Amino acid sequence: MKLPQIAIVLMGASLGLAAQAQTEIQWWHSMTAVNGEWVTDLAKQFNSSQSAYRIVPTYKGVYDESMTAAVAAFRAGNAPHILQVFEVGTATMMASKGAVVPVGKVMRDAGYKFDTSVYIPAVASYYTAPSGEMLSFPFNSSTTVFYINKDAFKAAGIDTAKPPATWPEVALAAAKLKASGHKCPFTTAWQGWTQLESFSAWHNVDLATKRNGLAGLDARLVSNSPLHVRHIENLANMSKQGLFIYKGRANTAEASFISGECAMLTTSSGFFGNVKKNAKFAFNVATLPYYPDVPGAPQNTVIGGASLWVLAGKKAEEYKGVAAFFNFLSNPEVQSASHKRTGYLPITTAAYQLTEKSGFYKENPGADTAVNQMIRKTTDKSRGIRLGNYVQIRTIEDEEFEQVWAGKKSAKEALDSIVQRGNELLERFEKANKS
Amino acid sequence: MAAEKRVIFRSAWLPWLLLAPQGIVIAAFFFWPAAQALLQSLQQTDAFGTSTQWVGLENFRNLFNDPTYLASFSTTAIFSALVAGLGLVLSLTLAYFADRVVRGAGIYRTLLIWPYAVAPAVAGVLWMFMFAPSIGIASYALGQLGFEWNHLLNSRHAMTLIVMAAVWKQISYNFLFFLAGLQSIPKSLIEAAAIDGATPWRRFWTIQFPLLSPTTFFLLVINVVYAFFDTFAIVDASTRGGPGKDTAILVYKVYYDGFKAMDLGGSAAQSVVLMVIVIALTVLQFRYIEKKVNY
Repeated sequence: MKLPQIAIVLMGASLGLAAQAQTEIQWWHSMTAVNGEWVTDLAKQFNSSQSAYRIVPTYKGVYDESMTAAVAAFRAGNAPHILQVFEVGTATMMASKGAVVPVGKVMRDAGYKFDTSVYIPAVASYYTAPSGEMLSFPFNSSTTVFYINKDAFKAAGIDTAKPPATWPEVALAAAKLKASGHKCPFTTAWQGWTQLESFSAWHNVDLATKRNGLAGLDARLVSNSPLHVRHIENLANMSKQGLFIYKGRANTAEASFISGECAMLTTSSGFFGNVKKNAKFAFNVATLPYYPDVPGAPQNTVIGGASLWVLAGKKAEEYKGVAAFFNFLSNPEVQSASHKRTGYLPITTAAYQLTEKSGFYKENPGADTAVNQMIRKTTDKSRGIRLGNYVQIRTIEDEEFEQVWAGKKSAKEALDSIVQRGNELLERFEKANKS
Repeated sequence: MAAEKRVIFRSAWLPWLLLAPQGIVIAAFFFWPAAQALLQSLQQTDAFGTSTQWVGLENFRNLFNDPTYLASFSTTAIFSALVAGLGLVLSLTLAYFADRVVRGAGIYRTLLIWPYAVAPAVAGVLWMFMFAPSIGIASYALGQLGFEWNHLLNSRHAMTLIVMAAVWKQISYNFLFFLAGLQSIPKSLIEAAAIDGATPWRRFWTIQFPLLSPTTFFLLVINVVYAFFDTFAIVDASTRGGPGKDTAILVYKVYYDGFKAMDLGGSAAQSVVLMVIVIALTVLQFRYIEKKVNY
């Protein structure tokens, strides 16, 4: 009995020593299920690839919860080193200068070459400050795409080889689906993101001034243009005719696509893995519909998803570990594997080419739709949307659109109200972050 | 009146010492946070608290310039009246009958008390699932009867949903107090009335209900406070304030702006407003309604 006890004590002691020599890096994230396993695996891979640092990933609730948790932790002086923040929180993080360390600086200080030009343009520009410094590390980027239930199309006698590419074609297909007895021809998740933000970039029109907020905090919403009104009116009409069925805020509509209840859906490309695993019908991922008479459409879509922020107030040695981890994540092979596994964008051109070479897109038609939408050359109107208080503005968009679908407000009234209420929040944000 | 027994403290510090535990608890859990809320309502800070500016009453001006905030006052009034009113009536009815039950009373009462153990967020999710348009069991049943339920777009349906969830959650609490109140009424009074030929209905209105009035009054205050403060989790889990802002009651907006949108100044200003309303309501209740209460 004595010997094993001594062995255990010795083992414990040596483990303790090893742990002491390693620098621990806390990483708070919001990935669950399949994506949660992905994050854990990334940390494991990195930890076993070297011995100086140890990444500790912790799930801290959905995006807005983990952000609130990090804010509280920062105020109390025990924030994590790395925080995953969704795109809606980007402007808030950028404005919190004392709380974050730009990723470019972290990499430089640790002696790594950090070339932002390898990233897909829309991704890089989104996380870059007007000064040209990259502030956060692109991690899981997604964009909005259009999912189609092929079996439902066949049952309604629609050609599945040519999915509806424009909004008039969507309305026609929806009418045919309805005539064939389908109860929910078209629905959308993330209505603000898909029908207003991505819609604007896709049609190369401004959602807000100052290059949609990328160029400064004094940006204001202009999303009540005739084209915006026309689109929301169109959706309102479809809703009245039972062609568009509203299924709720955020991503609740996604469940009604997987169950087969709704035949067409606009939502995140990150939904791909879920459909592939759970849908009991053949499906297609198409590009977002557009209006063919709008010059410049289709342009490109904007990104969603999240990036990794480095929080301030840590030791230099710890920042070296963060840089080493980011360097590991920058490997095209790691990025390509992540892209294939999750449906998030490949982030860099090299990772995209690597994925293409492997034959993945041939085996999984539709998986490259999001990439194709994003990889185009961007314009000032389509580079990305980055506005302060955006969590609240998204809610305002939800509230006003619901009034339109319920027939209480016209498209114009609702959009005017979004602009007015949203701009009050933008003014307040500008003021609070002036310093 | 017999001579009242009065204890007089001769020491100056003993009463304070005896009051201290209660005083400390109140100071730590009520006065301190309330003072913080007051301070924060006069400030604007960025999310991480790295810069703080004093802005005077601007947070309040912003609030009262926002027409949707003013609209949520009437939403809150309707919601609270429905929750307190329905909650009291239903639980009194249940307690009245439970009081008369002879066989299986224990089981009946236990079952009625169960919902009290359910967290508000869980209650919200539960009702949301039952009434989810097209997939919920209750909305499906309603659909079979030819009634199309859709709380995503119909604001009456949405209000009905959160009122049902909030009332259901609170019924057990009210029930316990009403039942205890009913059981403490001397049986001899009711029996005497019964011998005089009073119907159960008349016995209830002329004997039990007036004698219950202290309980009813206490529960009224508690229920109004519950509806104002404790219901945000139900709203968050079921309607998230929608459709539009039609179920966005005041406390939900406090929670949303503070914890989701991280606008601490604006959220603090709203909690100050809410605090003033509830204090005013409680004072009103004690001044006017309490006069009708027989102790």
